[in-house]
Amino acid sequence: MEDILNAIVLMTNFLIVPGLAYGSQLALGALGITLVYGILRFSNFAHGETMAFGTMMTILVTWFLQAHGIGLGPLPTALIALPVGAAATVVLVLLTDKWVYCFYRRQKSPPVIFLIASIGVMFLMNGIVRFIIGPKDQVFTDGERFIITAGEFKQLSGLREGLAIKTTQGITVITAIVVVAALFWFLNKTRTGKSMRAYSDNEDLALLSGINPDRVVMVAWIFTAVLATIAGTLYGLDKSFKPFVYLQILLPLFASAIVGGLGNPLGAIAGGFVIAFSEVSFTFAYRKFLAYLVPDGWAPDGLVQLLSTDYKFAVSFVILVLVLLVKPTGIFSGKSL
Amino acid sequence: MTLSLRNTGLFAVMALMIVLVGVMQSWSLAFAIVNLCLISAIMALGVNIQWGYAGLLNVGVMGFAALGGLAGVLISTEPVAEAWSAGGTGIIISLIIAVITIAMATLVYTRLKGTGKMRIWATILVAFIGYFIARIFFEPAVEAIESVEPARTGFLGGFGLPIILAWIVGGVLAAGAAWVVGKISLGLRSDYLAIATLGISEIIVAILKNEDWLARGVKNVSGLPRPVPYEIDLQRSEWFQGWATSLGATPVELSSIFVKLSYASLFAVVLLIVLWLSERALNSPWGRMMRAIRDNETAANAMGKDVTARHLQVFVLGCAVIGVAGAMLTTLDGQFTPASYQPLRFTFLIWVMVIVGGSGNNWGAVLGGFLIWFFWIEAEPIGLWLMDVITAGMAEDNPLRIHLLESAAHMRLMTMGLILLLVLRFTPQGLIPERRR
Amino acid sequence: MSYLTGEHMTGGYGGADILHDCTIAVDKGEIAVVVGPNGAGKSTAMKAVFGMLNLRKGKVLIGGEDITGLTPQARVLKGMGFVPQNNNVFTSMTVEENLEMGAFIREDGIAETMREVFGLFPILEEKRRQPAGELSGGQRQQVAIGRALMTRPEVLMLDEPTAGVSPIVMDELFDRIIEIARTGIAILMVEQNAKQALNIADNGFVMVQGRNRYTDTGAALMADPEVRAAFLGG
Repeated sequence: MEDILNAIVLMTNFLIVPGLAYGSQLALGALGITLVYGILRFSNFAHGETMAFGTMMTILVTWFLQAHGIGLGPLPTALIALPVGAAATVVLVLLTDKWVYCFYRRQKSPPVIFLIASIGVMFLMNGIVRFIIGPKDQVFTDGERFIITAGEFKQLSGLREGLAIKTTQGITVITAIVVVAALFWFLNKTRTGKSMRAYSDNEDLALLSGINPDRVVMVAWIFTAVLATIAGTLYGLDKSFKPFVYLQILLPLFASAIVGGLGNPLGAIAGGFVIAFSEVSFTFAYRKFLAYLVPDGWAPDGLVQLLSTDYKFAVSFVILVLVLLVKPTGIFSGKSL
Repeated sequence: MTLSLRNTGLFAVMALMIVLVGVMQSWSLAFAIVNLCLISAIMALGVNIQWGYAGLLNVGVMGFAALGGLAGVLISTEPVAEAWSAGGTGIIISLIIAVITIAMATLVYTRLKGTGKMRIWATILVAFIGYFIARIFFEPAVEAIESVEPARTGFLGGFGLPIILAWIVGGVLAAGAAWVVGKISLGLRSDYLAIATLGISEIIVAILKNEDWLARGVKNVSGLPRPVPYEIDLQRSEWFQGWATSLGATPVELSSIFVKLSYASLFAVVLLIVLWLSERALNSPWGRMMRAIRDNETAANAMGKDVTARHLQVFVLGCAVIGVAGAMLTTLDGQFTPASYQPLRFTFLIWVMVIVGGSGNNWGAVLGGFLIWFFWIEAEPIGLWLMDVITAGMAEDNPLRIHLLESAAHMRLMTMGLILLLVLRFTPQGLIPERRR
Repeated sequence: MSYLTGEHMTGGYGGADILHDCTIAVDKGEIAVVVGPNGAGKSTAMKAVFGMLNLRKGKVLIGGEDITGLTPQARVLKGMGFVPQNNNVFTSMTVEENLEMGAFIREDGIAETMREVFGLFPILEEKRRQPAGELSGGQRQQVAIGRALMTRPEVLMLDEPTAGVSPIVMDELFDRIIEIARTGIAILMVEQNAKQALNIADNGFVMVQGRNRYTDTGAALMADPEVRAAFLGG
């Protein structure tokens, strides 16, 4: 019996908790991608860099606050800095829309042109981020590191396996729930939110109904920027901030959005968790877990790991490929907010 | 293959800029830039075949170039006999099992048509079983291979053939990968190809970084044999010394230039062949059909053209060209360093070249390749100089000044982004626009 | 002078002209129907009146005011409602949300108008929480008309409201359209089913190749043997 409990705790500690945190981060990021796709109808390759920019601004404000001794006690200071970072990102994103995308919207350019423009924006943002904060690793986590440490849990439960939950993981999941709830409330209950869904569903009819496209697009960008900043900051808090990571994360982000159905917010969230849990469970070494469950002496010799962690991106890719082969519109049949 | 006066002028300006570098900085640097310009131009041609001819968005140039680079290692390095005897059989058996698994999975998938969810799960099951069986042979083999003199080899080695052969093999490898990716994602929305290629390129590079038995991973393979003479041999040979004295240059200087020139002529030959073939293809009925499909897919479809099959063709061809260029790059470097494959440098920079040069025009792609590579290299000194001017009034130890000077290197990403955006906005047809006929 | 008039309209989608000196008009409380063979420019005339097409010549007047230069959105504010032929509902949104979106430009309360729409189309009240995409063709048309009515337009323009619905549903829809006209709204519609449409029409416009061929009251057109022979199948 205790062996089974140990196995469950082990699984929770190394698979479920990290999976939930990572899934929340992906879901928030994928929501931004899906929002742009639903309203502006293109795949935004600059989204990863938007996340990097937002995180960077948050880090800069965090450092400023830390230098002045302002903090949240056990919680990371970055939480106070986040709104400022988000605001700065909103400004940047609205400026890119004004200077870049707006022109192609007036021209009614095909989505591919938007996509290429977003690659240009990606370059630019990437340069800005590296220019300001440099390409190196930055740590900005402070406050209490753990909600519960492995040692505390072992003492409490008397089990051999420990369960550690990092503060950042807890914050990630809670923030994600709050943000997603707020977003859905906005989309389903407010007039502006509904007008965004209408615009995403049927642009021509939305125009006939007197919905102002510029406003819809602006609100979509604001949400995208805020979501990107939150997702990027949570990711940075949980792991650490490296500018190049936000380019690599583009693949799991797109995979999440496509798996759920591009343009569908619910799908983006589901997709985020599908990708996160697949990634974590495919790269998890099951040896110890199995050792608890099988009789003594039967324990496997190898790591019993499906895939080396170096290939975690391959997991998102394979899932993406499967979805493209079987149901290209995604689980939730995408394209409408 | 005709050029208007204006376009000839553009190329002349390009040549002049390179000469300027030769005069102001050094000729060795100028030829180093030319060599990479030539390779970039070929990569840009590959992307132009896909984007300019057919409107296909390949965001995985990096991966296909890296496959070309891998070919360089696999063809030119000497086989490591010890490693082969240690784990060669295991690797081959696991590869055979992998092939059988894929065949079985495909068979299951096609045979079980109409059984709905069953078919997907059955296919996944077959793939899983095959994967595990393959790993039984694969893992011990890898371990054995990688423990053979890990500091020097630790990999299977290659075929020990002339590295020029790798240029062809690199193209074939890239074409094979392209066929798989294209088969999956062509015929869907245009963005999906972009995302799928982005994914495959990340994975290819991840494999090259981590599979040490294949090409030593991040431990790199260096000292690849060259198709041209070594500087040191030239410097020692009497005729060369004589030649140097008659030209009034030191043998060291001249040998460096001579080697670079030899590379440049080899690359130029390849570039001319690819350019000639591309131009021929563009002006053939095949090229006309491609452009017809690009401009109006629905109409082409209605006329009975198999759009997806044509797209697959052009996608594979373009990737093959990129693969060739990738192999050439490894040849020039004389080493294979998987960690150097960065998407910004290998994918997006090539895109800037195509867009700036003029999508749909092969000459434009070549010019774009030259121009953008030139600025990519020269942006750093220019940026540094600019920062120096800006910060001239500040104190030596001003933290802002130090930061600005340190960050000047990142200026070029911004510059490239800016160039891409400006060209796309104000001259979307590029420097040498596509000829409308 | 009618309440809504498009007079001497000449223009097309950038290429050759599709409309040639075409005039259509409708008064409040009346139904005007535009009929004619395929490709006669019926829908184009409608779009021209609604500002979805640039006119080279001619003008559009509503209540005596020249609105030729206004965008479609601005015309909605002037009291025009338009029901396109295809994609005329927000499929992923509920019936109620569709109606709400129809009233997007209104700042006042919309509950009253929604009650009126539900009074006109009782089935919609029943299905108010269902996504419009899940409804049948006839019900979707009702949602589409209801959506356009939400702005309380003076003029309702319908582009082939009965395309693709069964004859029974068509009769039902026409009855509702008459009911709407009785409330004092001007109705301008394009119809393929010329006979049935002219039957309920106060005025009819028969168009051929972008020009007015016959213009008269519905009854007169129905009685005209030439019109009957050429356009109404005898």
